[in-house]
Amino acid sequence: MRFAEIIKMAAASLGTNKLRSALTMLGITIGVFSVISVMTAIGALQYSIENGISFLGSNIFQFAKYPANMSASGDVQEKFRNRHSITYKQALHYYRLMEGEAREICLKSFGYEVKGQAVYNGVKTTPSLLIAGTNKSFLTANAHTLGYGRNLTDEDVELSRRVIVVGKIVEKRLFPHETPIGKVIRVSGHTYTIVGVLAEKGTAFGQSQDDLVLMPITRFFEDYGEAKRTVNIATQAFSQDTYNRTFDRAIGAMRIARSLRPDQPNDFEIYSNDSLKSAFTNVAGYVRVGAFVISLIALVAAGIGIMNIMLVSVTERTKEIGVRKSIGARSRDILRQFLTEAVFISEAGGVLGIILGIIAGDLLAAWLKVDVIFPYGWAIAGLLVCSAIGIGFGLYPAYRAANLDPIEALRYE
Amino acid sequence: MEIRNSDRPRGPVVIDIENITKDYIMGEEVVRALRGVTLQIRRNEYIAIMGPSGSGKSTLMNMLGCLDTPTSGRYEFNGKNVAEMDDDELAAVRNREIGFVFQTFNLLPRSTSLRNVELPLIYAGIDPERREARAAQVLADVGLGDRIHHKPNELSGGQRQRVAIARALVNGPSIILADEPTGNLDSKTGEEIMELLENLYQSGNTIILVTHERDIAAHARRTVHLRDGLIESDHAGFVPELDLPVAG
Repeated sequence: MRFAEIIKMAAASLGTNKLRSALTMLGITIGVFSVISVMTAIGALQYSIENGISFLGSNIFQFAKYPANMSASGDVQEKFRNRHSITYKQALHYYRLMEGEAREICLKSFGYEVKGQAVYNGVKTTPSLLIAGTNKSFLTANAHTLGYGRNLTDEDVELSRRVIVVGKIVEKRLFPHETPIGKVIRVSGHTYTIVGVLAEKGTAFGQSQDDLVLMPITRFFEDYGEAKRTVNIATQAFSQDTYNRTFDRAIGAMRIARSLRPDQPNDFEIYSNDSLKSAFTNVAGYVRVGAFVISLIALVAAGIGIMNIMLVSVTERTKEIGVRKSIGARSRDILRQFLTEAVFISEAGGVLGIILGIIAGDLLAAWLKVDVIFPYGWAIAGLLVCSAIGIGFGLYPAYRAANLDPIEALRYE
Repeated sequence: MEIRNSDRPRGPVVIDIENITKDYIMGEEVVRALRGVTLQIRRNEYIAIMGPSGSGKSTLMNMLGCLDTPTSGRYEFNGKNVAEMDDDELAAVRNREIGFVFQTFNLLPRSTSLRNVELPLIYAGIDPERREARAAQVLADVGLGDRIHHKPNELSGGQRQRVAIARALVNGPSIILADEPTGNLDSKTGEEIMELLENLYQSGNTIILVTHERDIAAHARRTVHLRDGLIESDHAGFVPELDLPVAG
């Protein structure tokens, strides 16, 4: 019997029970959909990260208390919990050691726990502003640009002036018709004078980057406390050529600032674009494995559904099998017929799942403002897995059908 | 007594059965369905196999139709030893050499007449164009040229049985094996079907009729009676008096 014949026959007999076939297919579709959508989204993210997106400005590295990837195992987290914060004093020590060695050194501390809400003339922003205490280098270190007004200055920091540079969201909400420069606003109960407005940066990975409020780090500590805070230090080398030398010196300076003995390991994390990329790749790897395992479980469940429905089908069609055998179908013809039906359901469900999964994954990618991709590898793997499931779970029912005794089968009512 | 086939030339032997037996194991008991049956059927015979239920009639029919193999004895089909064939070879014989006609028609309910008749050709590996032409031709031969795209539920009982006969004929089999072909039909339609079988016989086909109805068996040119797994009688023509206890 020819292949096209078998396919036609399978399609015809599945067509006679459309709802049942569709429901069985749906199981496979869901399993494939989940894996393909996740893989597409992650693939798109990773592609953009590996091709262009920079987390930090150019030639910049950063020291911080915690690593970017905190999803590591429990005892590793324990290590970070007992780690001492990077104090402002240590940061200043580092700053002095590195003066002249680097183009910019940005010290910053974030008020993640502060509900940053700006109020002007009774108009309020949402309480979701991120308050950062920092210095003049913040813009360079975080790839922000000043829209208008002025940046923070060394003097602002020295005198801990009540001045702030606000993100675009604050300007849009509180000053739709007038300039915010020179205006005094209240942020979380403290008053500040606006001296500058950041240029709009848009969203990255679905998060706004324009809901920032920058103030001198000294002012930040006075208003929001210094005790439990840690300071992140971003350092920019003069050029690509001097990057490695600056990087080595910076680690030495940081060790001195942290008073480490030569035999002690670094008690701070070093971020660079490379380390952030690899951290992302790590996380992406875990998510991939997770999605894969969950989908595999879903597909096995769907496969059991296929087997179940095929067993019902074999019983229902016992007479048909008897008739086919009486007019010359060999056991292997019957085997092939039922196996094809199982694979057909599985593949049809798989194709649908792949299409929907890619659409969903790429919609997510588009929403995250990264390039959409077509995950060929996963699509092909999906089809192969579906074939395997169709064959694997269809084999037993097909085997039962093929080995029915034709006389018994013909007598079956 | 009328002996209608005496004027015909005797064709070559198609079915040659010698002393075949068939035992079934039912739980702890061995049921001896056939106890040693010897039978020869020649090309272009029209033979009725009769017998009460339990006589071994169905077992013999399954054996003749190559759906089953004997426990012992010799069975040659067109000179080939069927008793030693494996399942694939038996399937090939059923496909090419035997045309089954069943009491309940046994058509695929969701397929048209044409697709039903094509089925044996599909298993024979005939390409689609030739297959369709051949199936349509045979359907026309049995008088259903205008019903080829109807499904079984759109046909009368007599028409369904004609489709089944067309399906039996389509591969040009050596024998047509009809098991109570009129059992599910009213007597008028039954007569039409018997007329069709008579025509097929007249045009050279070999017909084996399995029935317990004397009226139906009366169409055959030779009658074999089975009882308790043995051939009780084998006569040319129809011998009604012998059937009285059977039918009663």
